[in-house]
Amino acid sequence: MAEPLIFDLNKDGRRGYALPALDVPALDPADHIPSRFLRQELPLPSLSELEVVRHFTRLSRLNHSVDIGFYPLGSCTMKYNPKVNENMARLPGFAHIHPQQPEETVQGALEMLKTLEDQLAEVTGMDAMTLQPAAGAHGEMTGLLIMKAYHKKQGNHKTKIMIPDSGHGTNPASCSMVGYEVINIKSDARGSIDIEDLKAKLSPDVAGLMITNPSTLGLFDENIGELASLIHSVDGLLYYDGANLNAIMGWTRPGDMGFDIVHLNLHKTFSTPHGGGGPGAGPVGVKKHLEAFLPNPRVVFDGKKYKLQTKCRESVGPVLGSVGNFLVLVRAFAYIMVNGREGLKNASAYAVLNANYMMARLKKTYHLPYDRFCKHEFVLSGKSLAQYGVKTLDVAKRLLDFGFHAPTIYFPMIVEESMMFEPTETESKGTLDCFMEAMEMIAREAAENPDNLKNAPLKTPVRRLDEATAARKPDINYFQRPE
Amino acid sequence: MTTKFTKEHEWAKLEGDTVTVGITDYAAHQLGDVVFVELPAKGSKLQKDKVFGTIESVKTVSDLYSPVTGEVVAVNDNLENNPALVNEEPMGAGWICKVKMANPSEFDQLLSEADYKKICD
Amino acid sequence: MATYIPTTPDELQEMLGAIGVKSIDDLFAEIPPELRLQGELNLPAGMSESEMARKVARLAETNETVDKNVCFLGGGAYDHIIPAVIDHILLRGDFFTAYTPYQPEVSQGTLQCIYEYQSLICGLTGMDQSNASLYEGATANVEAINMATAQTGRSKVLVLQTLNPEYRRVINTLNGALGVEIVTVPFEDGAVDPSRVQELMNDKIAAVVMQYPNFFGSIEDIERISEIAHAAGALSIVSANPIALGLIEAPGKLGADIVTGEGQPLGIPLSFGGPYLGFIAAKKALLRRMPGRIVGRTKDIDGKIGFVLTLQAREQHIRREKASSNICSNQALMALNATIYMSLLGRDGIKEVAYQSFQKAHYMKRELAKVEGVSFPFTGSFFHELVVKIPNARKVLGKMSKKGVFAGIPLDNWFTSLKDCVLIAVTEKRTKDEIDNYCNMLGGFING
Ligand SMILES: Cc1ncc(COP(=O)(O)O)c(C=O)c1O
Repeated sequence: MAEPLIFDLNKDGRRGYALPALDVPALDPADHIPSRFLRQELPLPSLSELEVVRHFTRLSRLNHSVDIGFYPLGSCTMKYNPKVNENMARLPGFAHIHPQQPEETVQGALEMLKTLEDQLAEVTGMDAMTLQPAAGAHGEMTGLLIMKAYHKKQGNHKTKIMIPDSGHGTNPASCSMVGYEVINIKSDARGSIDIEDLKAKLSPDVAGLMITNPSTLGLFDENIGELASLIHSVDGLLYYDGANLNAIMGWTRPGDMGFDIVHLNLHKTFSTPHGGGGPGAGPVGVKKHLEAFLPNPRVVFDGKKYKLQTKCRESVGPVLGSVGNFLVLVRAFAYIMVNGREGLKNASAYAVLNANYMMARLKKTYHLPYDRFCKHEFVLSGKSLAQYGVKTLDVAKRLLDFGFHAPTIYFPMIVEESMMFEPTETESKGTLDCFMEAMEMIAREAAENPDNLKNAPLKTPVRRLDEATAARKPDINYFQRPE
Repeated sequence: MTTKFTKEHEWAKLEGDTVTVGITDYAAHQLGDVVFVELPAKGSKLQKDKVFGTIESVKTVSDLYSPVTGEVVAVNDNLENNPALVNEEPMGAGWICKVKMANPSEFDQLLSEADYKKICD
Repeated sequence: MATYIPTTPDELQEMLGAIGVKSIDDLFAEIPPELRLQGELNLPAGMSESEMARKVARLAETNETVDKNVCFLGGGAYDHIIPAVIDHILLRGDFFTAYTPYQPEVSQGTLQCIYEYQSLICGLTGMDQSNASLYEGATANVEAINMATAQTGRSKVLVLQTLNPEYRRVINTLNGALGVEIVTVPFEDGAVDPSRVQELMNDKIAAVVMQYPNFFGSIEDIERISEIAHAAGALSIVSANPIALGLIEAPGKLGADIVTGEGQPLGIPLSFGGPYLGFIAAKKALLRRMPGRIVGRTKDIDGKIGFVLTLQAREQHIRREKASSNICSNQALMALNATIYMSLLGRDGIKEVAYQSFQKAHYMKRELAKVEGVSFPFTGSFFHELVVKIPNARKVLGKMSKKGVFAGIPLDNWFTSLKDCVLIAVTEKRTKDEIDNYCNMLGGFING
């Protein structure tokens, strides 16, 4: 039985929560607020506390999650989210402080921020960080604003950013949001950036190159040194999308590869939970020559006290109304403390081990477009199943029946029928083996009984949904349903 | 009445000095379930080979390129409530707009059906 | 040190064998030697969970909390009562360890919650559609302005000076980067006189951005200002406090085209500024300009009701550089937080939180009026936040803070004309005793 909507559980007059009784003399609001500003109707539901608890508990059981099972969603780094971090984020000393409290009352919070900045700068090989951006895409926008401010100061006329065709959608979208035009660069036969294509398109109006390394194909681009020189030769900047940092922590650093700006996704690499789509945190790190442009406020330590500095003349300005998604930062901080230098390096080591272990076996069954060691993730193509009329989408849906989450599908766009697997370091060999057995079974099924795939999933709370009608006649607000 | 094509998968059907414009069967099939068509405004001026709207399916979005230069004299309002018409009858009830040509000789430059088919293969 | 890696040494050997390499190092061989990190990261060694928890707790303890102190701070984040139920549900791993609902068949929990969230936000704001959330209150206005410039083809916006100054800074940074010209409309008596908006309005203006209640707590005339905007073909963007909407009329009923806001008052802990919740809701005509994710209700192939991410062709993963917003991860869990809060408090509960906050703030004003030396620079209607002028305000605030009262936000942080003026917020959580004590203490420090 489907869980009813919260609105359908409404019972006028029911109360789910009691407030303390009003202990001050009451006025009639109508004497103090003009009547046209007084609320007429408030169409919210009324339920009891238990009904609310049951409703959301029942809904929660309809989700797949890392706590329930394997979640090999490529580019998303669905590693285990340590429970203790939730406790740390709920310490009253962090959770119950107001952003406008006097600085002397929040020294611990500021110290945490400063320490985390320094740690992330160390991991990425950068000189200074801001923790303000709320997610990866927000970090991208921030980094690009810094790039713009740099070029303005240099007196450079720059209008374009280069992005490989394997890049994530947020990369080009972020460029547009700060007013840069996008030039797409092709990938070569090894899945690296096509240097010849880049050279042909490189011009003095190129502001920078925005890439991940390893790329979204999970492949390390060995030419990164040359790429950096090329971009720097036109006084362009090299931007690192840190979504794939889980591949290289403690092994190599964006700063050492020649990157000038990086953003991280703490909700990927640093284990903070995704929460069904957020909140994340997208800190941005820069090299010394860009530090002055970082957003304000900046956390500074004057030897005695931590302070929030807002008067930074060259700063691009704040990109968020606060210091950042603070409690997400607390979780990442706890994660780094527990792991330490060797733990982070191990995390990357085992993430890469797990991905290669899977790739080595699955390439026997599915087409592997780039056959070389991968880093923390790899991309297969489902195109060999086309002969049975089966698509990557069908494979993904069938996996759900086995209790696994699907890989990322149809991204990156440069691989036909792509499936992108990222096992992460926190999965055991046993889990990977079971998953691969399922993948192999599905491949057999494609040949023997393709309808099983095309009809999948069969065992999930709902089956394939009518997305076309959903988009044609949007039903997105309970109060205004289409007929 | 002749129908000609663009390499961007639009068709144009000539009636006097006006053409009816839509997307081809091939394009409709490639897009999958069309969920929305961003129509040009009646009276707006279109430029040959320039984007005049977009068409969305569940998982993609494509630009619409005008086959000719001219003024939009009619748009297919039915698509607002029923974008599926583009899938059902792309070359008929799923038409997008009618354009009064500024330069009727442009029509002759479009692809013939045979030439267009070659592109699709 | 704790480890979250399950692989045993034996398994490691088996796995290396299956790959055909001798060691994990071999898998990193392609990284050119000159780029490899020499030695270790300069970080402390790892530690056990309990050691870490102790250290982090020590750090947290050095902060003064709103539990041990009494908080009269607002300015966009408010110390409301938070029901215990919320956190218990948020801590269900099924919610917080899930990703964005890309596979709807195994994400119906998240998806239905977002559908309910969207609907609740629409109900609260009086709008036609809401998205699945944005980062927070400031950036929500940035997105709203982007919608308005795209819709109108104009690139200038009027921003009332009574919009949260932190929000205005973020607008300057982010909308400014795209060349949007931002004109500030000054206030008088704690609110903007609509005739000021009228004077600056013309057919180049894409939108007017205002706050309701405004930064000073005053009830801005969003109805009249929306009319002025509409007459010139501009949109009306209202940043609303969701709790206030339990008492004051929905912006949708007063002419708003886009309503944004900070969802923190809906049961989200103060958290030193985040994670919070940006909401955005708009009128139907703006549907395809909405940023971010939207969940729709549909049916599965068996005819069973289900939910999916919909209208995705607007978004960055499809439209790439042509997308109107780059948002990907949003604040889904905070949207769930707000959804549970709204469901639990319900219609009567939200009304009562608003009503009590209003009553306590007005009681506070009456009591403050009795304190010698205190004055009120503004006279208009207000909700639960007010501006008070206190002699030597910064000094007095400092002394009150030492006595465990966070007494208000000094407004000369942002407004040079408001020296010695303090913004005070009073929620339903404050008690008569706390308010009385505040006033006594204040009197003592001013006059003692
Ligand atoms: C490669 C890459 N870049 C950027 C992003 C955007 O990050 P966020 O969702 O945190 O905004 C993602 C997220 O999926 C990603 O995989």
